[in-house]
Amino acid sequence: MQRRDFLSSALALAAASTLPAARADVVSGGQPWEPGKASVPPLAAPRQGGLAFFTQAELDMAGALADRLIPADDLSIGGKEAGCAVFIDRQLAGDYGKGATLYRLGRFVKGTPEQGTQSPFTPAERWRKGLAAIDAYCGRAYSKPFVQLDASQQDDLLHAMENGTLDLGREVETKELFEQILANVREGFFADPLYGGNKNMASWKMIGFPGARYDFRDLIGKKGQKLQIIPTSLVDNTL
Amino acid sequence: MANVRPKVDAVIVGLGWCGSLMAEELTRAGLNVVAIERGPWVETATDFPPSVDTDELRWDTRRSLLLPPAIETTTFRNNRSQTALPTRDWSLNELGYNVGGSGTHWAGMAWRFLPFDFESYSYTLKRYGKQQLVDGLIVQDWGVTYEDLEPFYERFEKIAGVSGKAGVLNGQKIEGANIFEGNRKSEFPLPPLATTRLTDLFTEGSRTLGLHPFMVPAGQASQAYTNPLGVRMGPCTYCGYCLYYGCGNFSKSSPNACVVPALMQRSNFTVLTESAVLRANLAEDGKTATGVTYLDRNLQQWEQPADIVIFSAFQMQNVRLMLLSKIGKPYNPQTREGVVGRAYCFQTVSGANLFFEDEQLNQYIGAGALSAQVDDYNGDNFDHTGLGFIGGAGILVVARGARPIGNADAVPPGTPRWGSAWKKAYTHAFQNGTFIFGQGTSYSHVDSYLDLDPEYKDAHGDPLIRVTFDYNENDRRSAIFIENKSVEIGKAMGAKIVNGFDSAAVNYGPYLPASDHTIGGAVMGLDPHTSALNRYQQSWDVHNVFVLGASSFPNNAGYNPTSTIGALSLWTAKAILEQYLAKRGPLVEVPA
Repeated sequence: MQRRDFLSSALALAAASTLPAARADVVSGGQPWEPGKASVPPLAAPRQGGLAFFTQAELDMAGALADRLIPADDLSIGGKEAGCAVFIDRQLAGDYGKGATLYRLGRFVKGTPEQGTQSPFTPAERWRKGLAAIDAYCGRAYSKPFVQLDASQQDDLLHAMENGTLDLGREVETKELFEQILANVREGFFADPLYGGNKNMASWKMIGFPGARYDFRDLIGKKGQKLQIIPTSLVDNTL
Repeated sequence: MANVRPKVDAVIVGLGWCGSLMAEELTRAGLNVVAIERGPWVETATDFPPSVDTDELRWDTRRSLLLPPAIETTTFRNNRSQTALPTRDWSLNELGYNVGGSGTHWAGMAWRFLPFDFESYSYTLKRYGKQQLVDGLIVQDWGVTYEDLEPFYERFEKIAGVSGKAGVLNGQKIEGANIFEGNRKSEFPLPPLATTRLTDLFTEGSRTLGLHPFMVPAGQASQAYTNPLGVRMGPCTYCGYCLYYGCGNFSKSSPNACVVPALMQRSNFTVLTESAVLRANLAEDGKTATGVTYLDRNLQQWEQPADIVIFSAFQMQNVRLMLLSKIGKPYNPQTREGVVGRAYCFQTVSGANLFFEDEQLNQYIGAGALSAQVDDYNGDNFDHTGLGFIGGAGILVVARGARPIGNADAVPPGTPRWGSAWKKAYTHAFQNGTFIFGQGTSYSHVDSYLDLDPEYKDAHGDPLIRVTFDYNENDRRSAIFIENKSVEIGKAMGAKIVNGFDSAAVNYGPYLPASDHTIGGAVMGLDPHTSALNRYQQSWDVHNVFVLGASSFPNNAGYNPTSTIGALSLWTAKAILEQYLAKRGPLVEVPA
């Protein structure tokens, strides 16, 4: 079986999981192992032809944000074309978006900077509230939604978010929101195309990262040389 | 009432390096052993073959082999005047959550500590006098010496298939290797890993400064290897998917690759997975434990009776288990009495970020422990007279495999974090940016400790561990010293931009990058007033409880901890088999 076929059939089988992947509880007399089984990443399956979490307007806005954080230029395609918004949509529908790994018990009390985030919101909630708050701000300041601002207006707004100088209302911690948007857009650009972004491994070609390669014994001796390795991914295996 | 399982000779809580090495020794001697592991069963062919492993988002960014904070986290504050709050997201506390524990996702740096690290107090007094110690610093000998542990380090290295070159072999110093290491009785089982452009630059640069660079001992097999348990390892392919990942090639040393395959063949061994131990149960007189209570994956409560209880969970979890089981006296920072939670500390990290003009470092090629280091400023390898601190750091470069998401902020200072300018800078920095890492010693302080949080609980309703910690004056002074040395090395390597950094220049925080080597809190020692465990890692108070791991370290070395926790586990196993089984009681008499 081709690796691509294997992965797509395995993905179809993988439900939107939660932790942990339960497979055994009393183990003795050898190592449990079943042929043909592989621990594939838990992915939230998008609805056929549709979105997994975002509304169409949210998806468009996430794409517009991705295009300013990672603009199209002579180094690569832009974040939107690379699929960053699709990536984020799927991530937010799954364990990550639900905050499945976050500690969410007890009182949420604002603490010192060293104590880190004490937000009660999951990543999915933060995106939804955040996008709405950004658009509400744009409505007040420019009388149009974010996606209709010109590039320099969008950049100004992102700079103000990054510096923490933009007030997005009581429910949105602007700096935390900015950091999450930037982190998720970068993830969409650089993660394996398996997750919906990094179209044609555009980011890996940009920085010269070989992707899902697993054996460099023939290359480690070529010290200091440009290696020009054709990247490969978990789904776009051109080897 | 709880369900009760059949009684066993020993129950092991946590099946990482410590637990699996202990289980291997005890079952080989014929004891019936049950290990209870909180995480799931994992194994190479299913969970991290090359077609699954090469996924940065899943394993590194989303930390899929680590214990989620949702299951258990810690609360944290810098000092007692603050209210501790939970660390809600992934932090530098990287606890394992699977059969293999943290030994599955570790980088593989396989160090022996220096002789000094076990006897910092005696060495310091002898060489400098007591005035070298800053006020409130906790420095005490371990009760076990490097010479005691040497045979156990050797055994661990052979089981783990460590690749390296001896620097001091039967009294002979060997140039090009680490001439500062403690004396070794045998060579490493495997030769060192290959070198890279980065390690070559470090080696050449540090030599021009008169330093003694060498390749770090690596828990990656440089060649095919069969270990003393008969388990075979494959040669490392330098894929760079190591730290936070399992290994698809059976090359990275891990409990899964090196110990568990042999262990699972033994009929006197069973592991209960996805089962969380809540506490050890004590007999009525409080002098022995009768076994442990745990929850299975369906949240059914069970008892596992046992004659010997081994805590071999992560360092903080061991301390938490001691506190929840009421074994040993908890530390009180006001009276400075009590031992459980006392002598907690971390690691002092400083160094330098480097950016070259036009290099091809190809840092995606690498291995978790593919590194070059100098130990000239580690431990007591240099004269500290007049410096106002003890200890130091191993200073190294790390060719562990650069990954695109994780490196995205590794750009020269002043670079925007997004937009075309960032893309251009990052594309250049991916080949030209790197860092020098000073992994420092650390000594605890009377104000740094672990206890049970008064408010925040885990999902089962048991209190979380509360960390009260900040860097102390000894940390801060040594970190500046090491930062300056790192900057000198970076310049000698020819980097265009060399920017020092110092974790200890600001307050400690669990989200600030440093190392993940938290230690202490249930330390071994010679005096029950200042240690929870005797020199065999046996509880002073409850003699059939043994506690394995970095929780036993009274101080941290300028190294990664794994080989030392492995060696200490084997040392304790020998004491159990050769002394404790014959005469069940304290292996060290409580001093009068």
